[in-house]
Amino acid sequence: MLTPDDITARLDEYLETEFSFIRSDELALLLLVLAPAEQAFVLDWTRRIASTNTEIAHQFARRAPQALAVQEPRVIEAWALHAMDVYDRAGLRPALEVIHDVEQFVQRSHERSAGALFDEVSGVLLHFVHGLAGRPLKLALDDSAWTDSETLFLPALLARLPTVEENFRLYKTLVVMQWAQIHYGTLRAAVGTDFSVWPDPVRALHLFTTLETVRLEACISRELPGLGRELQQIRLRLGAATLPQSWQAVLPQLQSVTACAADSLTLLPKIYDTESPPLPGYQCELNLAAVTACMQARIKREKMLFRVRLAQWLEEQRQMPAVREGAAPRAAAQPVPDTQQPEGQHFELTLNDVPLSPPETLTRLITSIVLDLGEIPDEYLVPAGPGEYDPALFTEQTPDPDAMWQGTYHEIGATYYNEWDHGRQHYRKNWCVMREKDVAPVYDDFIATSLARYSGLVAHLRRSFEAMRDEERMLKRQAWGDGVDIDALVEALADARDGSEMSDRLFTRLHRVERDIAVAFMVDMSGSTRGWVNDAERESLLLLCEALEALGDRYAIYGFSGITRKRCELYRIKRFDEQYGSEVRARISGIRPQDYTRMGFAIRHLTHLLNETEARTRLLITLSDGKPDDYSDYRGVYGIEDTRRALIEARRSGIHPFCITIDEHGAEYLPHMYGPVNYAVVSEVRQLPFRVADIYRRLTT
Amino acid sequence: MAEITPEEHYITDEPYYEAGGSEIEIFEAAWRNRLPLLLKGPTGCGKTRFMEYMAWRLQRPLITVSCHDDLTASDLVGRYLVKGGETVWVDGPLARAVRAGAICYLDEIVEARKDTMVVIHPLADDRRVLPMEKLGTLLQAGPEFCLAVSYNPGYQSVIKDLKQSTRQRFVALEFDYPGAELEARIVATEAGVDVAVAQTLVKFAHMTRNLKGNGLEEGASTRLLVHAGKLIASGVPAVTACASAIAQALTDDPEMLTAINELSASLF
Ligand SMILES: Nc1ncnc2c1ncn2[C@@H]1O[C@H](COP(=O)(O)OP(=O)(O)O)[C@@H](O)[C@H]1O
Ligand SMILES: [Mg+2]
Repeated sequence: MLTPDDITARLDEYLETEFSFIRSDELALLLLVLAPAEQAFVLDWTRRIASTNTEIAHQFARRAPQALAVQEPRVIEAWALHAMDVYDRAGLRPALEVIHDVEQFVQRSHERSAGALFDEVSGVLLHFVHGLAGRPLKLALDDSAWTDSETLFLPALLARLPTVEENFRLYKTLVVMQWAQIHYGTLRAAVGTDFSVWPDPVRALHLFTTLETVRLEACISRELPGLGRELQQIRLRLGAATLPQSWQAVLPQLQSVTACAADSLTLLPKIYDTESPPLPGYQCELNLAAVTACMQARIKREKMLFRVRLAQWLEEQRQMPAVREGAAPRAAAQPVPDTQQPEGQHFELTLNDVPLSPPETLTRLITSIVLDLGEIPDEYLVPAGPGEYDPALFTEQTPDPDAMWQGTYHEIGATYYNEWDHGRQHYRKNWCVMREKDVAPVYDDFIATSLARYSGLVAHLRRSFEAMRDEERMLKRQAWGDGVDIDALVEALADARDGSEMSDRLFTRLHRVERDIAVAFMVDMSGSTRGWVNDAERESLLLLCEALEALGDRYAIYGFSGITRKRCELYRIKRFDEQYGSEVRARISGIRPQDYTRMGFAIRHLTHLLNETEARTRLLITLSDGKPDDYSDYRGVYGIEDTRRALIEARRSGIHPFCITIDEHGAEYLPHMYGPVNYAVVSEVRQLPFRVADIYRRLTT
Repeated sequence: MAEITPEEHYITDEPYYEAGGSEIEIFEAAWRNRLPLLLKGPTGCGKTRFMEYMAWRLQRPLITVSCHDDLTASDLVGRYLVKGGETVWVDGPLARAVRAGAICYLDEIVEARKDTMVVIHPLADDRRVLPMEKLGTLLQAGPEFCLAVSYNPGYQSVIKDLKQSTRQRFVALEFDYPGAELEARIVATEAGVDVAVAQTLVKFAHMTRNLKGNGLEEGASTRLLVHAGKLIASGVPAVTACASAIAQALTDDPEMLTAINELSASLF
């Protein structure tokens, strides 16, 4: 049983009251009326929240006793965690709003428990919409559901129906309706129409969309009957009312097999002045300005791409005998009847009137262009002349991550990783902003000098690693094989002479034991490696590569560093699928110390890369000079615990982590992170180049 | 490991095969000119069935070997075995095919060990001989012998790519999934479902093929459609049949499985 003084003392400690105006004795009185288990519960969460922010913890402690009277502890927990998530994402003020209004949180959490979340369903929905065909679409968040013709926008949470399952169905319905607006020509027709001729253009566009919704429902029911039934059910669940008389009259025309978007435009005058119909609840309104902008940019881009790819393809075809003989290749696009397509046809490329199947890039472009224009216009079929377009416009390029940092904080091209907050005993969601960058190659004499210096060692490593290659083990006494097992044969002959039955297992056979190993090396590029540690690291990597090349294991090398969670950087030195050659060597030479040692994100990302690589055994080897450490927030226990957590995640996914360090004190914290035997301390930096390859050999045999 | 027992037979009844293009004529012409054949294409698109059909049509026995990463040259050529104190030579499937003037079909050739190429190359060029190293002889192939290999260029592994020196010896036939109408006819015939069901299955296959490179390595093959069709023909509900015979065969990823099942549910 805690006394008021005990409670006050704890609150003083957690909330750091000596630096604030918080009256911990008053707070203690509020807690005093609780049962001991409840007191412990509130104090524990106050401590955990305080590790994130003391003011949130203070407000929590103030409200939790009352909240506990009406809510389950797990709701209180969720409330506290939600406040911390909000703090991570949006800062103190919004987090305090969450803490101030527990009732609202409870109501929202009811929505959350019955609602479907975009984050949870978007993976499935994205595959789903890719399967539906057409242009490859993207998904993104917005307040309402609408599409610009490339991205389908969806709200973060849907809780209009009573269960998670039904709300997922509603999401799916929204995706399907947007896809249908693209696929069945709604957007194309809308962009080509001037709605401003109507007295109320907004109303006209809305009514057009509504007519289209009716038409699209009919298209979907014909082509995708299962989905058609689902639309029907969702409509009923959302409480659909019947259409007014004026609308009933136009239904047959909209629902006929031959109906197209032009019919909706024709019918618009008929219903414009009549009563507005009830909406089905999943109608996606059109944002014409956004669609027009997106479409125009795409049409321009795809025209260029099409003509460039066409030129390339024709050039390739020119090499073919069938084409070489005749006149210059002449491409045409012929419509071919196809009941699978909404327009009842698809387009086929012909070359000198012979239909040919073009490469996939061209086929995809055709699909997308026909969605926008309904055909392949003649001017598209003129192959791009040399120099007609700036090649920078059509060579796929990944944006330069460095450029992104200039100016304000942007997160394009980044991957997010959770981070473990030890104080909170919970993950911080999407906390680290991770980017892959290339180490700039440096072509200096480092490689030549090092190879010369270690020439003896290199030769030795090559030999011993070569010997570890896929071993061929000799199996004896086999019923068949490529060699004769002399021992067995002698025995068998003796048996035969004795009159006993002779064995037929007289052969030897080579059996291959495949190594099938993939290993990722994670190299510390933090500022503390400046100087001879950096040299030793680079030499070690060079020797390691020379050895691994002899061995044939799949390997990748990445350097890690960063400043704060918003700049977590992984430097590519060698990817798994990259050949070891002068470029990789120059990158090894170019390794330079950068900033701090944030480790969790690097482990998590390399875990992801390793898991994408096919291998029976997957290893993650860290080369480091010390503890995890980052500017301010990653010091001490926090960094160690996050690293440990990331390693646990790696191990759970089947990866074997190992650490090689030059920190003499490594034995104090490495067992806690990597486990008692999964690390090696190389106390002499000079020894590193000799030891790394050696340790690797021991690990994998 | 068990002895390799390739299926070897004369095919007496005409196999059901729907030609997608002029592959039958090209095969025949290549065979008459004693040229080896390379069948390129994704798994389950009718290559094996085509070989059966050609064997029937040309009235030759067919010997099929499914290659795997433990398959050696000796497995193909033959080896000595000891039986009752005597050493006896036992022909491997390739040697048997050469002697019998059969069609030898090496399925998924890139899976075999590299040393098998040593025996395949001399058979595949105009020497048409099989070196029998252990016997110290060369086995000359007669005019009726035919070598055909298959290869799936869809695997994007550098190790599993066919070498130019090998590839250039063969007349290549490109196989792909049949066009929608033809594929539906194949599924209806093979699985015994009505054409409407077969058409829906083909539509579903196209949806999964859209996912190739977007989370799936391969879309559903004709073979998988036939499997699903057979389940449907025996009374399994269509969506369940697609889930077990197709979705599960394509992926283990839970989100992808859900998405694929949603797609089939959309269609039926
Ligand atoms: N053109 C075709 N004609 C008849 N059946 C076909 C055809 N293509 C595919 N099939 C069906 O698909 C199944 C799988 O084809 P198969 O020849 O085994 O594929 P592959 O050898 O290319 O992996 C066959 O058993 C058959 O039922
Ligand atoms: Mg450091």
